[in-house]
Amino acid sequence: MIIDQAWAASSEASQSAEGARGGGTFPPFDPSTFASQLLWLVITFGIFYFIMSRVIIPRIAGILETRRDRISRDLDESRRLKEESDAAHAAYEHELAEAKRKAHTIGQEATDRAKQEAAAEREKVEAGLSDKLKDAESRITKIKQKALGEVDDIAAEVTGAIVSELIGGKLTKAELTKTVSAITK
Amino acid sequence: MASDPIHQFQLKKHIPLEIGGMDISFTNSSLFMVATVVCTSGFLIWATSGRGMVPTRAQSFAEILYEFVAGMLRDAAGSEGMKFFPMVFSLFLFILVANMFGMFPYFFTVTSHIIITVALSMLVFLTVLGVGFFKHGLGFLKLFVPSGVPIAIMPLVVAIEIISFLARPISHSVRLFANMLAGHITLKVFAGFVVSLSSFGVLGIAGSILPMLMTIGLTALEFLVAFLQAYVFTMLTCMYLNDALHPGGH
Repeated sequence: MIIDQAWAASSEASQSAEGARGGGTFPPFDPSTFASQLLWLVITFGIFYFIMSRVIIPRIAGILETRRDRISRDLDESRRLKEESDAAHAAYEHELAEAKRKAHTIGQEATDRAKQEAAAEREKVEAGLSDKLKDAESRITKIKQKALGEVDDIAAEVTGAIVSELIGGKLTKAELTKTVSAITK
Repeated sequence: MASDPIHQFQLKKHIPLEIGGMDISFTNSSLFMVATVVCTSGFLIWATSGRGMVPTRAQSFAEILYEFVAGMLRDAAGSEGMKFFPMVFSLFLFILVANMFGMFPYFFTVTSHIIITVALSMLVFLTVLGVGFFKHGLGFLKLFVPSGVPIAIMPLVVAIEIISFLARPISHSVRLFANMLAGHITLKVFAGFVVSLSSFGVLGIAGSILPMLMTIGLTALEFLVAFLQAYVFTMLTCMYLNDALHPGGH
């Protein structure tokens, strides 16, 4: 009660200072101000609603829409590029495997050819060597036979010389040879 | 007069007008309504004028506001509710900016007058009623008949539902009005203590430290309340609109 009176007094004082309205009521509950407040609220809020719904909201919605489109387009683009790069990578891998395989084949072929060539060469050389060996062997045999044949002559000669020295007679070559061969046999 | 906590709610006629005996003067309240509309619209028009793919800070802020309200409405009322987005967005920004303007010393708080909050909540209430009956006809009355209630207590439940529905615009408007009013009175009272205590000399100045700290804390709290009440008002608007769109949905 006292507080109410104090309020009334103070607001009355302030009102009289401003030459204003409304008696001693609490300002928010003063019906004499309602019409003015309502009218101005309708005007201002109406304009505000109009600006928001016609200008601001379409504009922000447009901005967000454009950005969402742009982002999804960019994502699509990046997905496409990734697929391309994946394909390129796969092609590269394929090419590389192919090349590796080819290189291996070439290497293998070269090795085989070299092996074959070496084997052929060796065979040729070996054949040549065995021919030479045979030649040498036949020559040795011939020489040995010749040498052995000459041994008899030498023995006959030596025997003739020894006999002439010991006995002082001369033996014919034919006799000597017959004797020597009889002894050596 | 300076320490009268009610003085700040006093309307002052800047341009006295009268039509047919009705006082429709341009007052400080009207001035701050105009300021709210001009500043908010101006900021948003300026902020979004670049239409940047990569937003500037201001544009980013405008987009955040948009997404915030759009998310709130979509969560509460589904994508169908998005056709009320202009109304919900306008309500949120109007109340938020009006509340924030009220935080400046010597500024008038538009939302601290019950006629304003009643008008805004009636706008919502009538929209809900209109949309509900327009879309569902008498099916809108299903809102008052919750499913799964035993038939014996149905009349009682329906009565409660109807009363609570009719009480919505009252609680909706009084919540915002009372919060703004009480907050500003409290601030003024504590700030008034600082002034009156300080005039009692050294001891008084020492004693005024406590209300001073209180005033600082309350100022921060009032900024929170200014935002929160705008948010709550908008949130409830979204929920009421959901009732209009899906009356059988709860």
